[in-house]
Amino acid sequence: MSHLLIVARNTFREAVRDRVLYNLVFFALLMIASAMLIGQISMGIETVVMISLGLSAISLIGLLIAVFTGVGLVSKEIDKRTLHAVLAKPLTRWAFLLGKFSGLAVTLAVNTTAMAAGLFIALWAVKHSLVRGDAVVLIAVYFILLKLMLVVALAMLFSCFTSPLLAILFTGGMYLAGLFVSELRSLQVTNLTAPMQKFFAVISYILPNFGNYDVMGAAAHGRGIAGSLVLNNTLYTVLYCAMVLAVAGVIFSRKDLK
Amino acid sequence: MPSIAIETDNLAKEYPYGFLHLKKKTSLEGLTMQVQDGEVFGLLGPNGAGKSTTIKLLMGIIFPTAGSARILGKPVSDVSMHRDIGYLPEQPYFYDYLTAAEVLDFFARFHGYSAAERGERVQKMLKKVGLETAGKIQLRKYSKGMLQRVGLAQAILHDPKLVILDEPMSGLDPVGRREVRDIILELKNSGKTILFSTHILADAEMLCDRVGVIAAGKLRGVGSPSAIVGMKATGMEISFEVAEGGILPERIAAKATKSGSVFRASVTEPDLYSTLDELRAAGARVVSVTQIKPTLEDFFLELVGKDRAQASAIEVSGK
Repeated sequence: MSHLLIVARNTFREAVRDRVLYNLVFFALLMIASAMLIGQISMGIETVVMISLGLSAISLIGLLIAVFTGVGLVSKEIDKRTLHAVLAKPLTRWAFLLGKFSGLAVTLAVNTTAMAAGLFIALWAVKHSLVRGDAVVLIAVYFILLKLMLVVALAMLFSCFTSPLLAILFTGGMYLAGLFVSELRSLQVTNLTAPMQKFFAVISYILPNFGNYDVMGAAAHGRGIAGSLVLNNTLYTVLYCAMVLAVAGVIFSRKDLK
Repeated sequence: MPSIAIETDNLAKEYPYGFLHLKKKTSLEGLTMQVQDGEVFGLLGPNGAGKSTTIKLLMGIIFPTAGSARILGKPVSDVSMHRDIGYLPEQPYFYDYLTAAEVLDFFARFHGYSAAERGERVQKMLKKVGLETAGKIQLRKYSKGMLQRVGLAQAILHDPKLVILDEPMSGLDPVGRREVRDIILELKNSGKTILFSTHILADAEMLCDRVGVIAAGKLRGVGSPSAIVGMKATGMEISFEVAEGGILPERIAAKATKSGSVFRASVTEPDLYSTLDELRAAGARVVSVTQIKPTLEDFFLELVGKDRAQASAIEVSGK
């Protein structure tokens, strides 16, 4: 456990010292600021526009960090051979992998919190007050963070057995496919043959359901979000990440490093 | 009887290649060897001979396709014995956003030292490898030789029983090489077991109790540097000067080379006395007579030469 934390701490430090990350977060804050301007010309729905654009910015920048940094976490260490000296310490490959994941998870949590703070400051600047209903925005941010954890786990899995470029493409592909899981399930009631219905049913349950995390509409319009959804999404993320990281760990622990 | 620090039994490594990974390239074949506790063992071989593959297999960086290896009595898959091992990878590279002191602190954490102990060890190591004034500079600004020093520092930071160094002199200037040699000798004197790979034969001759020569993935010979090449002299070298106007006998002149005013001629041992008589008769002044012994380099080049010739033959017949 302590070895895992040493790797996690170092991963976080690496991210903190990476200027690209600051640029991305700065860009997100800029998008949130520009949402204030767009909100001003959207008569009557300023808050809706601001929250929608703000949450989209947080999600988009978070996704970019999760995919690119997630893929680079392991592949960069293999390419640059920094891993050789690290694995010569009394550290298992599992601890290394989970440490890397934890480090990036903390980094994403800090970044997402910073961007969410920017959004709330922008909201306060427009409305001059924050009401209890705005807490729904916090839940939406939490769901974005859960989604990003899952994306990082997938990116790490793919980077364990393929090139960085393919890992980025696979992760992006899984994310896009995962957005349409509900649509895939509804295909079953159309005029498909029984085997095809079964096939799509299986696929729809294997793919990560990223649609579950999309509550931007509810957050923008101040609609409440059921507590059960928060619990389900949390459990779903924990279990799915655990499964994906377990597969990644099995592959990584048997991989010949160059 | 000394205990065994490293033991390999028929260790082999094949790498798949080609589009479907159906073809296989053998990088190491049936390596069986032992390194005794407290000895300095050198793995010699040309580039691509299988030295780094052997070390990577021992460190669990790659996995064998056949055979097994044990370090300090434990299988190499058991990472707990890494507590007692220090490893310097070939052309080491570290997190370039960290300073040398930070990277050493990072590695020291895996050995469970307290913050005070870590600080003390890091400073001691930086001083030992001559980086005490560069400890706070980020590694991205380091030269290859400086990175090599950081690599050596992290390998011996935790005072390991066994030190494995992959090409420790690579990338170092003469001063750096001398310093690394001194560190290896210091480790040897403090009773550590050292396994290092190199293709610099002078270093191996100077530092190693025993060497193993690897060529084309196979171990070709193991022994002390003197035993491996054999103690028997292959001939005698006579150095002599010829007085002005003196005429050198034709038989000797044919074999002699001249450097300044001194001639050198190699002769077989049975011919030594008759040659000396001829030189005396010709009025030459004998400066010295020395035995010619094969060097590790001769042995090494002979082995490698054979392999290269074989490899070329295979390549030609393959075409």
